[in-house]
Amino acid sequence: MGFWDVVTGRSKPKQARLDALFAVPDAGITLQTGLGLTATGDGSVCYRAAAGPGFASTEAELLDLLGRSEGAPRVTTSQDGFGFTWLVVDHDPVDPAQPDLSGLCTDLHAVNTTLEAQGYGPGLLCSLVPFTSADGRRVGLVYLYKQGTFYPFAPIPGGGQQRDSLLEIQVRDALTGELPMETDTSRWLPVWGAPGL
Amino acid sequence: MARTRFIGDSGLTVRMTTVMFLLGALFVALIAVLMYVFPPQYAPIIGVIGLGIAWFQWWTSDSVAMRAMRAREVTPEEAPELHGMIDRLCAMADMPKPRVGVADTAMPNAFATGRSPKRSVVVVTTGILGRLTAEELEGVLAHELSHVAHRDVLVMTVASSAGIVASMLTRGAQFGALGGRRNNGGAAAMLVMLVVSLVVYAVSFVLLRLLSRYRELSADRAGAHLTMRPRALASALQKIAGGMDQVPQRDLRASQSLNAFFIAPAVRGLSLRTLTSTHPTLEQRLEQLARIDAELGRQY
Repeated sequence: MGFWDVVTGRSKPKQARLDALFAVPDAGITLQTGLGLTATGDGSVCYRAAAGPGFASTEAELLDLLGRSEGAPRVTTSQDGFGFTWLVVDHDPVDPAQPDLSGLCTDLHAVNTTLEAQGYGPGLLCSLVPFTSADGRRVGLVYLYKQGTFYPFAPIPGGGQQRDSLLEIQVRDALTGELPMETDTSRWLPVWGAPGL
Repeated sequence: MARTRFIGDSGLTVRMTTVMFLLGALFVALIAVLMYVFPPQYAPIIGVIGLGIAWFQWWTSDSVAMRAMRAREVTPEEAPELHGMIDRLCAMADMPKPRVGVADTAMPNAFATGRSPKRSVVVVTTGILGRLTAEELEGVLAHELSHVAHRDVLVMTVASSAGIVASMLTRGAQFGALGGRRNNGGAAAMLVMLVVSLVVYAVSFVLLRLLSRYRELSADRAGAHLTMRPRALASALQKIAGGMDQVPQRDLRASQSLNAFFIAPAVRGLSLRTLTSTHPTLEQRLEQLARIDAELGRQY
């Protein structure tokens, strides 16, 4: 915030930054070759639904838009305990020999641009692309809109609310240089119970 | 160009600026009068002491307020729900996460303080945790985080500096009058100074309250846009305002000094309520939230 904003006590809602999402398909290949993590083919967008008819009709249009595309994914929405909506884009599982996440990323990007165009950009929290390894470990690559950065989130399977910090650091190190990774680990927001993890 | 649902409010900006300007003008007038009345070597010392106190209050505001409310900091393990909520709000607002405290008192309230967004603390009472739903609590937290983002502690400290200096001088003048210096010129100068500093203090008091009320409305507005749920904040305010009356009188007076940072004032003004209250009335706040609700729900 600038001096003027401080004096007047005015803040503008932070708008989302969307473009870095298109670097995810390449990052997926890096994770597969480097760490043996394969994408599940799903992805989700987490946002705060505004009250009122304006948002309801925007959301309905959005679901309709995604459902009409070629090789349409199954799209569902669910509410989490913090009052945020998770919109899950469920594509067919990717072929490990030919991992292609570009379709998924286009869908995620479409969700975000639609919400932003209707003035709901400030309500976007994060996007999540889950990866899984052969031994059952799971890690989500989370994109924070307001910062425009990515971070890994790896809950320990069946371990309650515990994070697999080593795996997270490995993922961060593998992707540094390829994606804008969040350097401030205090911003690595835990998203327990996120779809796909 | 993406649409925005955040409508500007030029009237509010004009009023805020006028208040800040008038406060600054007052301060200048005070210093000018001092320079005229006092021997030149005293004036800077008095000013520096007063501002030093204001600076110290601001610098230590987080720890002093925590101690005054007997609040203790809670870790994410102790209060995962509360931390999760604040984590998400901070990620949406792109601001550093403040520390989180809980005060063990039945009075339903919340406040935020600290010298900068990087070093601030948000405190909720156990009373508010028990009384509000998760959605309402989130609205209250968003309001408090807006205070942090707007640097309200800093602005209020700067704005109140004139009043602090003036009130110190008033006291100094009283002690001076009680002391032995009885020559005519000194007594007249004391009297002039006493009157001037009292007037300065009175005017800055009213302006400060005005500024405080507008900043509360600003925080309501930014908080409602952050959560996108003005209704939740509205119902929280109604619950808290209702709950304030049920609290024993002794608790209310004990927390009087912290009033400016609370979400709802713990002390009711008896007379001149509209002029001297640190918070806008519930009706004003609900009206603004109703407008935001309509803006957010509008179909294009």
